[in-house]
Amino acid sequence: MSSTIVVLPDQSTARIPKVNFITKENGILSWLLTGDHKRIAILYLISITFFFFIGGSLAGLIRLELLTPQSDLMATDTYNKVFTMHGIIMIFFFLVPSVPATLGNFLIPLMLGAKDLALPKINLLSWYLYMAAGILAIYTMATGGVDTGWTFTTPLSTHYVNTNVLTTGLAVFIAGFSSIFTGLNFIVTIHKMRCPGMTWFRMPLFVWAHYAASILMVLGTPVLAITIVLVALERTIGIGIFDPTKGGDPILFQHLFWFYSHPAVYIMILPGMGVISETISTFSRKRVFGYTAVAFSSVAIAVFGFFVWAHHMFIMGVSNYAVLVFSLLTMLVAVPSAIKIFNWTFTLYKGSITFETPMLYTFGFMGLFTIGGLTGVFLGASGTDIHLTETYFIVAHFHFVMVGGMLMAFLAGIHFWWPKMTGRMYPEKISQLAAVVTFIGFNFTFFPQFILGTLGMPRRYAAYPPEFQVLNVFSTAGASILGVGYLLPILYLTWSLKYGEIAGDNPWQATGLEWQIQSPPLTENFPITPIMDHEAYDYDWLEKKREKEVTLVG
Amino acid sequence: MTDQHEMEESQHHVVSPMIYIIIGGSLLVLTGLTVFASFLELGIFNPIVALAIACVKAVLVVLFFMHVKYSSKLTKLTVFCGLFTFIALIGMTLMDYFSRAWGRW
Amino acid sequence: MSDSTRVAHGTADSLHTGGHEEHPAYLRHHFENVEQQADAAGFAMWLFLLTEVMFFGGMFTAYLIYRNWYYPAFVEASHQLNVVWGTLNTAVLITSSFTMAMGVWCAEVRKQAGLVLCLVLTFILGLAFLGIKTVEYKEKIEKHHVPGFHYSLKSFTNPQSDPEIYKEYHDKPLGVDMARHTEIYFSLYFAMTGMHALHMIIGIAILGFMIFRARAGAYTSGHVTFVENFGLYWHFVDIIWIFLFPLLYLISRHAN
Repeated sequence: MSSTIVVLPDQSTARIPKVNFITKENGILSWLLTGDHKRIAILYLISITFFFFIGGSLAGLIRLELLTPQSDLMATDTYNKVFTMHGIIMIFFFLVPSVPATLGNFLIPLMLGAKDLALPKINLLSWYLYMAAGILAIYTMATGGVDTGWTFTTPLSTHYVNTNVLTTGLAVFIAGFSSIFTGLNFIVTIHKMRCPGMTWFRMPLFVWAHYAASILMVLGTPVLAITIVLVALERTIGIGIFDPTKGGDPILFQHLFWFYSHPAVYIMILPGMGVISETISTFSRKRVFGYTAVAFSSVAIAVFGFFVWAHHMFIMGVSNYAVLVFSLLTMLVAVPSAIKIFNWTFTLYKGSITFETPMLYTFGFMGLFTIGGLTGVFLGASGTDIHLTETYFIVAHFHFVMVGGMLMAFLAGIHFWWPKMTGRMYPEKISQLAAVVTFIGFNFTFFPQFILGTLGMPRRYAAYPPEFQVLNVFSTAGASILGVGYLLPILYLTWSLKYGEIAGDNPWQATGLEWQIQSPPLTENFPITPIMDHEAYDYDWLEKKREKEVTLVG
Repeated sequence: MTDQHEMEESQHHVVSPMIYIIIGGSLLVLTGLTVFASFLELGIFNPIVALAIACVKAVLVVLFFMHVKYSSKLTKLTVFCGLFTFIALIGMTLMDYFSRAWGRW
Repeated sequence: MSDSTRVAHGTADSLHTGGHEEHPAYLRHHFENVEQQADAAGFAMWLFLLTEVMFFGGMFTAYLIYRNWYYPAFVEASHQLNVVWGTLNTAVLITSSFTMAMGVWCAEVRKQAGLVLCLVLTFILGLAFLGIKTVEYKEKIEKHHVPGFHYSLKSFTNPQSDPEIYKEYHDKPLGVDMARHTEIYFSLYFAMTGMHALHMIIGIAILGFMIFRARAGAYTSGHVTFVENFGLYWHFVDIIWIFLFPLLYLISRHAN
């Protein structure tokens, strides 16, 4: 376990390069009015961390309430608001932008050999929309919150609650456009700004994953937008579109809502899968097995992902025929994800594996996402779904894929590219500890919830039958461990900004174009437009390049 | 190389005003036709005829006014993707609504 | 899909040594050349139009479902729309699409006066469309056919109380239940045409800006991207109306 692939420059003589994208210009306006994709990525990183902690605190409140069977920590209405805001903030203000807006923004031009994204001003606009939406969401919370659940199901949200549905809807609407513009930017950049020699099949799989997620962002999010508009009209004017007394159908809302929200889960996970492709290759010193399969499976997930949304609606009143069709299609959509897991596993086979922090998070992802994904198949089968839906089984399922999967992938990516973004290494031992603590905490928190779900504990309930208490206490205990696991990176990553070891260009000996330039990069990324003359994950090319490099002697 | 050639072509291919006049005129004629058809009693074909004429009009606008006929493969693919997703939304949702009356099977 | 095999302009990019003929003022620094920039901008515009397709798509879905469920209500409600105004508006919008396409042509062949004229005509036609829409909306308000604002079922439960419409179509009276569903028709009517009108207003505002810039010669010196891409937007708004018109106005106009 003491072997490592990290090669750092001699710390006594190494310095952060004097000219880089951080030092290029000074002053707050140079950051707030920047067009530099790397600066925008940093802005996003700071803001999503802020929202993560708000969402996380709300999660803490949920788990505290669920320590006891009675609704004694807070009133049930308040509890409804807490879990609603937890969902909205975590989904729209953390998970959806997490990897794309931070790592994607930072890395895609670098990985493609471009100087920036295609539309830098739109990129900045995207961040401002995100911030406006986020501030509006906080305002909503401060002025009484919303208690419909993040799914805004009608007719509850249109006719029966008097909480801040409209302002929350507006916040989500604006955040949606932030997401659309990010995705649009990525698609244009990937199509039009690859450097010479960078064919589609030489791009890192990280880019393929973001391409697929961007297609979903561009095509799916507008439907959410119009759905929110219709809910707002229903709530204010009473147009009747979702109102049974006027002949409307509440289930139409669910069709339109889930048409986005199912692809949304793929928007959330695909970029994380992109990170995993990169880390698993680097820390096995091997090209990703089945590059083409992984690339195409990303696009397949995006395409199939548009055809399965009603598996969130099996018990809601859709026709049996629709249940049949959507259940069948849901089985199909699991296949590309499984292909990726298999390919990553085969990448590990006969690789030289080391266990630095990004790889620990990667292993965590592989195991936990597999469990989460498999339980998704149980839920996709309509027969079992009838019993498991709206129970804690669902809660456990999506937390396994989103927290055990996506959040771990996000942390893997942050740690992996931290040296590139900041020029400094994070402290390895404490970060490995944090990864292990997170993994343990996660399993203690969410595994009992699978059992609770199969035993029949409903979700979104502040009070529950006393026989469920033991498992709930386990879950809350795990949550406190998980909290520590998430707090540690904030502390040591911030610490590393000043005291971390100088990383140099390529501490991981990785193959991507982003690792062949200085850390942190120049504002213009590449002094000379690179020419891509080798395949992706070509470690032989890297070896030859290193042989030719001259290192300072004495 | 073909795509670069295509792209330059679409940059420089200037559609002649005569085409616009012909297409514009066709659109106006089709509008008249669709209004006329709506006054006829065609039963189930009323909506079919109306939508068919609307689709023809839309295709003319897309191909000629929006230059898609002279554009790169990528542009054509993009238009197709938009249509495809739109049809998926409508088709799959309507599939639920139409089959609700099919009973308890 | 190897649409990125352009030759790198190599070291000249960041050094800017005398190659200024290659670098027109409007070339942004992250692009290699003007073609790439124009290409990227056009592609970005198409992607934005895709989002608009999906945005309207939700409302079209709702429309198709409720028309299927409440066909009699939709038929009778649609008789309340004036087919003359609707057809006129369609003709206005098609003509404005024509003038816009001509405007793009003028920009491409660098005819500044022609471009300004075409943009002004498009602007006027756009305003004409909105003007006719205002007349139509006013009529709906007066007859209490606006959902949520003292919506009245009288025209549908008792069609003879509306003599101008009745003598054209001889609608049968609807039962109260079915008559109530005309409110859904009008909800969709206002939502869809309202959203369309909002897009028109934004388009007209941008046209105003463009006329101003066109008079200063901004689009007739080789840099037509803005006009071209706005043209795409304008044609798209036209296409939405091409579908709205038969769906809302022409459901069934034959007399009973």
